[in-house]
Amino acid sequence: MSAFAPARRLTRIFDTDLWWSFTRSPTVVASAVIAVALIGSAAFAPWVAPHNPFDLATLNLLDAFTPPIWLEGGDARFLLGTDDQGRDVLSTILYGARISLFVGFCSVLFAMTLGVSIGLVAGYAGGTVDAVLMRIADIKLTFPAILIALLVDGIVRAVLPRELHDRIAIWVLIFAIGISNWVPFARTVRGSTMVEKNKEYVMAARVIGLSPARIMWSHVLPNVLGPVLVIATLQLGFAILAEATLSFLGVGVPPTQPSLGTLIRVGNDFLFSGEWWITVFPGTALATMVLSVNLLGDWLRDALNPKLR
Amino acid sequence: MPPDGARSLVTEALVEVEDLAREFDISRPWLFRVLNGEPRRIVHAVAGVSFTIPRGTTLSLVGESGCGKTTVARLVVGLYRPTRGRIRFDGVDLTALAANDAARAIRRRIAMIFQDPYASLNPRWRVRDIVAEPLRAFRVLEDERAVAERVAALLGHVGLSPKDGEKFPHEFSGGQRQRISIARALSATPDFLVCDEPTSALDVSVQAQILNLMKDLQEELSLTYLFISHNLAVVRHMSDRIGVMYLGRMVEVAPTDALFEAPRHPYTRMLLDAIPDLEMTGRRRSPVGGEVPSPIAPPPGCAFHPRCPFANARCRSEVPRLRAEGDALVACHAVEEGRDAA
Repeated sequence: MSAFAPARRLTRIFDTDLWWSFTRSPTVVASAVIAVALIGSAAFAPWVAPHNPFDLATLNLLDAFTPPIWLEGGDARFLLGTDDQGRDVLSTILYGARISLFVGFCSVLFAMTLGVSIGLVAGYAGGTVDAVLMRIADIKLTFPAILIALLVDGIVRAVLPRELHDRIAIWVLIFAIGISNWVPFARTVRGSTMVEKNKEYVMAARVIGLSPARIMWSHVLPNVLGPVLVIATLQLGFAILAEATLSFLGVGVPPTQPSLGTLIRVGNDFLFSGEWWITVFPGTALATMVLSVNLLGDWLRDALNPKLR
Repeated sequence: MPPDGARSLVTEALVEVEDLAREFDISRPWLFRVLNGEPRRIVHAVAGVSFTIPRGTTLSLVGESGCGKTTVARLVVGLYRPTRGRIRFDGVDLTALAANDAARAIRRRIAMIFQDPYASLNPRWRVRDIVAEPLRAFRVLEDERAVAERVAALLGHVGLSPKDGEKFPHEFSGGQRQRISIARALSATPDFLVCDEPTSALDVSVQAQILNLMKDLQEELSLTYLFISHNLAVVRHMSDRIGVMYLGRMVEVAPTDALFEAPRHPYTRMLLDAIPDLEMTGRRRSPVGGEVPSPIAPPPGCAFHPRCPFANARCRSEVPRLRAEGDALVACHAVEEGRDAA
């Protein structure tokens, strides 16, 4: 009986309203396919990419500034051309997207953990605790996210020696983006928690003397996670963009591990000298990735909203 | 100390509630109050209620919405801290309990059944975990195998199949959910069940099944019930004694038959007159006149005086106390003075 359980779970997914609303919109299916393809090829970049752009042995400066394959002077080895150091643009995009996605996922995860915890405590405790936490959230919202990220990065740069900073730069970036995005999670979770905590199942748990922490974790949390999923999806696009912005400004990941933002910045220098492909293709990849993720997030928000069904 | 004659009664009581009161502060935020010169606003949800429940019997609390019966239920199970008064359970003062193992042992013996079976079961939990939760919380059974056996037995006991433990609450009807609720309440083998309108959210056809199940369980497990309801028919079926509440106070406590045959308090009479009666179809029933006054600013004296046909000057100034009147306790100046003949 248990051997069939996974198969049955799979059919259950295909039976749901969610799946039905998914298949009904070609836009959503298309963006899901694109998102999965981009994320998949970025995640498996070392196996998918035609070259390893970081392997100095295979680089040849004579290959520099090769245009894309369909233009005059294109080379069959470099589908989307090469950059100023003879690196294959397609490969750098895949490797770069890998870093962008890693930073995006990790910072959303961090923002989600922080925001959900703060929202749960504020909503469940209420009163002064709630007021203090929400005022902190209000104050946080008065600073643009990029400013906070720049601030965090600046402080870390000033405090740590350069070598150490380069090694942990990616984690600083994740922290900086995450810390500037926890408020939407906290607000949403606080609201749903305030609704859930007055329901009788929470009272039933209080009657048997469970601690507030235990009630928040095992009773309230599972019931407030639905909207969190939607926000996380929407925030993923934002986090990827924030990373690209910071890297474009030169305060993101070090050039030795270029993300999409770094690639765009580097390629920007050659835009007016005619080698447009060095910056346009990473830019297109970034825009496509963020757009498909955002479209998925929008659909998820509508599909999970019972009032819009 | 109570006189000797009363002592045997006292020792038989499982639950004794004395002058229980609870106020809620519903004032606006401090800054708003200061700016607008508004006073604090306090709701006297329960304003000094006393009753005792003998072991193995059912006391019902009835009254209109907002009379404080649900607040009493929540005070008794410890969801709210009382503003004033005592709740003694088997001789132990619950209001003075510290949070320790002794308190846990007492709390294990008190369980609650809630009004809305659609809200009282966590939608994300499997039924077997819902029913097992008190067992785990009070560490009644340590061994998971024993827990599973106990859950299966409990589900069978309340008329469900042990296989239902695998399902989620949304796969059940309202009546079945209330059975799950009862199974959960019984799982840690309590002596005392507080039932807050357990059937008011159910179809009439299902209400009787749940009520009969509760009566059978009471007999079998010698349970004591505090039963909250606004449905007088349900209350008549379930209770040994009935307490009638009005605006946070108890106005009459009487054995069930006595209350229905000879209601004393004018409010109780009003409530009973409003019951639909099959034999009297077509007769215009006398409605309960007037509205319940606001518990924020309750009327002085007897809270019922604005709606009472027998009210006089004393009723408007002096709060009546519960007095023995035959086998009932009644809080009414008119009954006391014999000017209640309609």
